[in-house]
Amino acid sequence: MKLDAHLVVRRERFTLDVALTVEAGEVVALVGPNGAGKTTALRALAGLTGLDAGEVRLGGELLDGPGRWVPPERRPVGVVFQDYLLFPHLTALENVAFGLRCGGASRRSSRTAAAALLDRVGVGHLAGVKPRRLSGGQAQRVALARALAVEPSLLLLDEPLAALDAQTRPAIRSELRRHLAEFTGCALLVSHDPLDAMVLADRLVVVEDGAVVQSGTPAEVARRPRTPYVARLVGLNLLRGVADGHDVRIGAGTIVTADAASGEVFVAFRPAAVAVYRTRPDGSPRNVWPATVAGVEPYGDAYRVQVEGAIPVTADVSAAAVAELELADGHQVWVAVKAAEVEVYPA
Amino acid sequence: MSRRRAGAPAVLLVPALIGLAFLVLPLLGLVIRAPWRRLGPLLTDPAVLTALRLSLITATLATALCVLVGVPLAWLLAQPGLPGRSVLRALVTVPLVLPPVVGGVALLLVLGRRGLIGAWLDDVFGVTLPFTPAAVVLAEAFVALPFLVLSVEGALRAADRRYEEAAATLGAGRWTVFRRVTLPLVAPGVLAGAVLAWARALGEFGATITFAGSFPGRTQTMPIAVYLALETNPEAAVALSLLLLAVSVVTLACLRDRWVARV
Repeated sequence: MKLDAHLVVRRERFTLDVALTVEAGEVVALVGPNGAGKTTALRALAGLTGLDAGEVRLGGELLDGPGRWVPPERRPVGVVFQDYLLFPHLTALENVAFGLRCGGASRRSSRTAAAALLDRVGVGHLAGVKPRRLSGGQAQRVALARALAVEPSLLLLDEPLAALDAQTRPAIRSELRRHLAEFTGCALLVSHDPLDAMVLADRLVVVEDGAVVQSGTPAEVARRPRTPYVARLVGLNLLRGVADGHDVRIGAGTIVTADAASGEVFVAFRPAAVAVYRTRPDGSPRNVWPATVAGVEPYGDAYRVQVEGAIPVTADVSAAAVAELELADGHQVWVAVKAAEVEVYPA
Repeated sequence: MSRRRAGAPAVLLVPALIGLAFLVLPLLGLVIRAPWRRLGPLLTDPAVLTALRLSLITATLATALCVLVGVPLAWLLAQPGLPGRSVLRALVTVPLVLPPVVGGVALLLVLGRRGLIGAWLDDVFGVTLPFTPAAVVLAEAFVALPFLVLSVEGALRAADRRYEEAAATLGAGRWTVFRRVTLPLVAPGVLAGAVLAWARALGEFGATITFAGSFPGRTQTMPIAVYLALETNPEAAVALSLLLLAVSVVTLACLRDRWVARV
């Protein structure tokens, strides 16, 4: 069982053109900014949106493609929708039994199976409760049970944790991770939250403006982002330049790296690796250049400082440093980055 | 400056109160002038009971007919991307603004003995519709149907169609989706539409008397009985009117949540 898809969906001002493969037992996360086409891709896989070109193959069977379109009700696909879409007039149990009934199971056997599924996701005691009386986390579990009930070959999850509050989210996330690990089919989830995607997925596929810009394991993507969006997502400074040995020319400036490289490269480093000074620092850092403060914002228990200059970067500094350096928009500062903190990789 | 911002200027308030009085006073008059003492005997008169029974039965059958064809029609109108929707909706709305008498004449021309379809019905099945209780039901359904269709269509448009998509991904075909998801979701709208249609059918006069006539026990419904009684027995007419008013008030109470409280 393997999902092999090339999705092309044309809209008025936007074209989605994405190739996707998901192996059996693999969890792939489609990440990207809002409007990148993630949900459109998911809908196309479910059969809720038709393809304009390309194809969807699941386990070798053509579901959508030239001359063939299998409607959603006949695809072996289960979907967990963003706001769950549990049928409001049915109880949790009836929601989960719905798909089984549609599949031809008897009323009794589908209720038994649904009850077992609710137990498995830990909400067996809520079988008789209507969705409006379920909390976000409970509704999410029921939605997962409902999608799993039809034993899909492909499980699609659209922002499965987005509707949860910050307190319940971590617990539900780790629970979902466990259920996805047990799931033997292909799983594809859509998320704009990097943490969700990295915790849940074996592989990330980053989509921007309808196209794949990067894919790889969460660790690869986090360490070596290839677009500003991904860099922001994982909290890295990302610059593009031309390398010649240990020097990388970036616009009007140069950054020295510990590793040698050549040609077009990306340079990435953490905002915490950037030091900010009032005057030119003495001593070791070789990457030092003057800059202008363009923004100071609280970020966790520190401050995130945007600086402009020969090389625009983001720095994380402590609240004490902000006060001591009197950092404010328009102030002149010096910026330093240790060569050892800089990751360099081919573009 | 902002003192009594909520107070309405007299130029609006006075006509508003006149309008309100215009609506309420006649009903008040009906209640005041009603022969309360003799209400019992007047309303239990066999002729009255016959008309009342006929009215209730025909209005209920007409409502059933409306639900049977009106819900699918509303579903069709609410389909996204339906070509010519505005024309279709205008056609559905026509009986709402058409004088009921014209509706009766039109029904007579189509379903009458020599009508377009009526002649065929007569030839093939030996069925004659005009001036029968069935004609009463058809006349009432004709004027009541738009109320049901528009009410259900509104409910369908307000319903979240994504539930239907969710049902489809769970393996539900289109009919199952309609039966198990769409219909339960719009059930309050169907119910409100049915109550409204029933009230309209119960009060139907013009189309009924034109298409079905006024045969006591067969086609003489309450409104027609009221009209005829006004000539011969005004007290009975007032009593019957009071009864119909009571039915209207009860109907309104049933629809309270959907049509009155919700602005």
